[in-house]
Amino acid sequence: MDNFMAARSQMALSLGFHIIFSCIGMVMPFFMAVSHFIWLKTGNPVYQNVTKAWSKGVAIFFATGAVSGTVLSFELGLLWPTFMKHAGPIFGMPFSLEGTAFFIEAIALGFFLYGWNRFNRWFHWFTGVVVGVSGLISGILVVAANAWMNSPSGFDFVDGKYLNIDPIKAMFNPAWFSQALHMSVAAFAATGFAVAGVHALMIMRKRNISFHMPAFKIAAVFGVVAAILQPLSGDISAKMVAKRQPAKLAAMEAHFKTEPYSPLIIGGIPDVKNKKVDYAIELPGMLSFMVHDDFKTPVTGLDQIPEKDQPPIAVTHYAFQLMVALGMLMMALGIIYLIAVFKKKNWFDKRWFLKLFIWATPIGFIAVEAGWTVTEVGRQPWIIQGVMRTADAVTPMPGIGYSFYLFTAVYFTLSLAVIFLLYRQIKMVPEIYDTKTVAP
Amino acid sequence: MIYVVIVFLWVALLLYLVMGGADFGAGIIEMFTSNKNKSRTRRIMYNAIGPIWEANHMWLIIAIVILFVGFPVIYATMSTYLHIPLTVMLMGIIARGTALAFRNYDAVHDNMQKVYNKIFVYSSFITPLFLGIIAGSAVSGRVDPQATNFMDAYVYSWLNWFSVAIGFFTVALCGFLAAIYLIGETHDDAERKSFIRKAKIMNVAAVVAGSVVFIASIKENIPLVQWVFGNFIGIAAVSAASVSLIVMWYLIAKGKRFIIRVLAGFQMTMILLTTTYKHYPNIIILKNGGHLSLIDDQGAEKTIQSLGIALLVGSIFILPALFYLVWSFQQKPEQVDNEMHGH
Ligand code: HDD
Ligand code: HEM
Ligand code: HEM
Repeated sequence: MDNFMAARSQMALSLGFHIIFSCIGMVMPFFMAVSHFIWLKTGNPVYQNVTKAWSKGVAIFFATGAVSGTVLSFELGLLWPTFMKHAGPIFGMPFSLEGTAFFIEAIALGFFLYGWNRFNRWFHWFTGVVVGVSGLISGILVVAANAWMNSPSGFDFVDGKYLNIDPIKAMFNPAWFSQALHMSVAAFAATGFAVAGVHALMIMRKRNISFHMPAFKIAAVFGVVAAILQPLSGDISAKMVAKRQPAKLAAMEAHFKTEPYSPLIIGGIPDVKNKKVDYAIELPGMLSFMVHDDFKTPVTGLDQIPEKDQPPIAVTHYAFQLMVALGMLMMALGIIYLIAVFKKKNWFDKRWFLKLFIWATPIGFIAVEAGWTVTEVGRQPWIIQGVMRTADAVTPMPGIGYSFYLFTAVYFTLSLAVIFLLYRQIKMVPEIYDTKTVAP
Repeated sequence: MIYVVIVFLWVALLLYLVMGGADFGAGIIEMFTSNKNKSRTRRIMYNAIGPIWEANHMWLIIAIVILFVGFPVIYATMSTYLHIPLTVMLMGIIARGTALAFRNYDAVHDNMQKVYNKIFVYSSFITPLFLGIIAGSAVSGRVDPQATNFMDAYVYSWLNWFSVAIGFFTVALCGFLAAIYLIGETHDDAERKSFIRKAKIMNVAAVVAGSVVFIASIKENIPLVQWVFGNFIGIAAVSAASVSLIVMWYLIAKGKRFIIRVLAGFQMTMILLTTTYKHYPNIIILKNGGHLSLIDDQGAEKTIQSLGIALLVGSIFILPALFYLVWSFQQKPEQVDNEMHGH
């Protein structure tokens, strides 16, 4: 395998793996805090059981998230030393703050997981909240670092030198807010749907309904609210992309020609050679409207961008379509859920309703992976937009292909192991958490 | 501000060596425990390290972040020429962290436990071994940015007697730390004796490995003897460490719990001090005699400024919380046990 391709694949693999664990590590503590809170307020032991059961699952995810994150902090240098040599001091600020946030998270986690019956109950609850808040803050910080790669700022680039470095300005780069918002909401949506789906499956199989129903509802509410907000935040993101990375936007939309009344292209197969999209639905003027708030102003197309600066068009386009389609689907499911809550309470016992959520278990995470593909592949060929090319940043060490195979094998095994363990957690629920046998 | 950053880097490395080291050592001790005592030892260890496992490993991340933000050239050079040992160490970190979590949180207790234990034990050995190799390689003068072939650039940079000996020395230190720590964690007399015996074995192993390091350094023309004994601080630190070692063994016989831990930590501090003092601020010595230095190769001024502030502010939050965490679980260690295995 070509060294450069191998390095890119290994980075993508590691990040794609880490993101799943970090999303769960970020969001699950909030679910637990809610359930824990209800238990402390009502004394209903079901909620204590839900909290404990979740916390064991989360501990597994945390460990996996922490090790895969540790790997990433080395991989940035192992794979992209030239990038880190120049970018480290500029975009490193969020990473150093993130260190603090992780540390607090790790400490709070120690209190939370091992603190049952040891501390004041509300102090114990509070440590769980701290885990969630500091996890969320670390997520926001690391995304701010990524946003800097999309909209580099806080330095002057003169004759190949990086001068007047201002790490604070780099951290608050123009893209940090839209990306961090979109990512945080995505984490809630994806984790909410995933957790709700697992519990829905158990309810449908009539296993410990009194345990799984409250768990389902807590997770679903978080997921649903986030899913309904997500398209709004996506719209903000898209406008930002149009402003700072027209090439990425054009690739997302497979928008080849710059012309007035630029159409919004939905689906279709981009034909890069002939610069057109086959079998797509075109809504004339809509893209202009989304980007510029009027139907006429042209949106920069790929024809305005030199070929050597264009990202891979097909991948970016498909990934974007996939994310948006899943986003719409999740929003629709969210609305159905709200109808159930406010109007049709009996839907909760219906098989079709549960089935919808069971099918939706993975879609949030698929959307997350697709979204990151848009962001990262859409930035190519740049590692720092407009400043440094990815090909110039890669390590000189040959044989990265082997390293990539090794990491692929390890992550593949780990994923199987985590699935296996979660399966066993869920299987043991009746024995450990049956409220009839556990004294309150 | 650069000095604040350097102190944090040094302290993070020290704490990783001490806290993370004791943590790795727990696995190494498990390796040398007879089968019939294994599960009991494992439980004592788990009580001791479970709650602070995540926190212990943050020191490594802090050190790496300081390196890549503050000293990007050093970080880039290390990660290029020591790519292979770093990758092996990462594999060790992945295997160990997940095996520890899996064995504690697997809802079903069956034969899978054996698999987790095996992985845990081996990776507890591999990780500090390669950590030591990496540290040794940094100062061994084998890192060679001008190398023209693969072996010189990426293999002989770390595969030499000196680095490997330091690797084994690190492993022995970790085992030693863990044994000393565990002595204070048990109230059972027979068990105490067995941990004391392990501490002795590890102590001897560390001395042997340390001697091999010196021999290797002479063979490979690395002026280690001079770094350690060629200056006042070095001699003072070595003497202090030796004296404290004797005092420690005396206090172990007396049955003290906490002070012996402090002394073991003190010995690690002295070891890190002697090995870093003489060639400070240089932390990577290159084959052509040049070096990368914490002073000459620091990042932009504003970056160091903000990094220093971030570290200072961060430690205001972290240190009290960490202290309280360690302190609370020192009080009633047995309860962790009931909570995690009570079902
Ligand atoms: C649950 C997951 C999820 C869902 C339902 C959506 N997204 Fe998304 N999207 C992400 C998860 C995500 C992400 C993985 O979190 C990304 C990658 C980088 C980022 O900041 O968020 C992302 C990136 C991303 C970007 C690129 C941002 C950049 O490069 O800076 C755009 C333009 C959108 N999204 C737009 C949308 C729109 C219009 C959606 C309409 C439904 C949508 N997203 C749904
Ligand atoms: C969008 C991308 C990312 C997000 C949202 C994210 C978020 C998170 C979160 C919330 C955690 C803590 C939760 C857990 O431990 O499971 C975590 C762990 C970690 N992440 Fe990431 N991360 C991302 C990418 C990265 C990158 C690029 C790096 C390194 C350069 C990194 C380094 C780490 C480290 C070192 C940890 C372990 C901290 C610990 O021990 O608690 N992450 N990540
Ligand atoms: C966690 C979510 C993320 C995912 C799934 C992800 C995905 C990817 C993918 C697919 C690539 C390869 C792109 C290509 O070569 O075509 C890539 C490259 C890269 N990403 Fe990300 N990324 C994520 C977040 C981040 C973050 C937070 C950072 C840094 C702070 C980051 C830094 C990089 C770097 C340095 C590269 C290599 C250079 C490049 O290809 O541009 N990524 N990532």
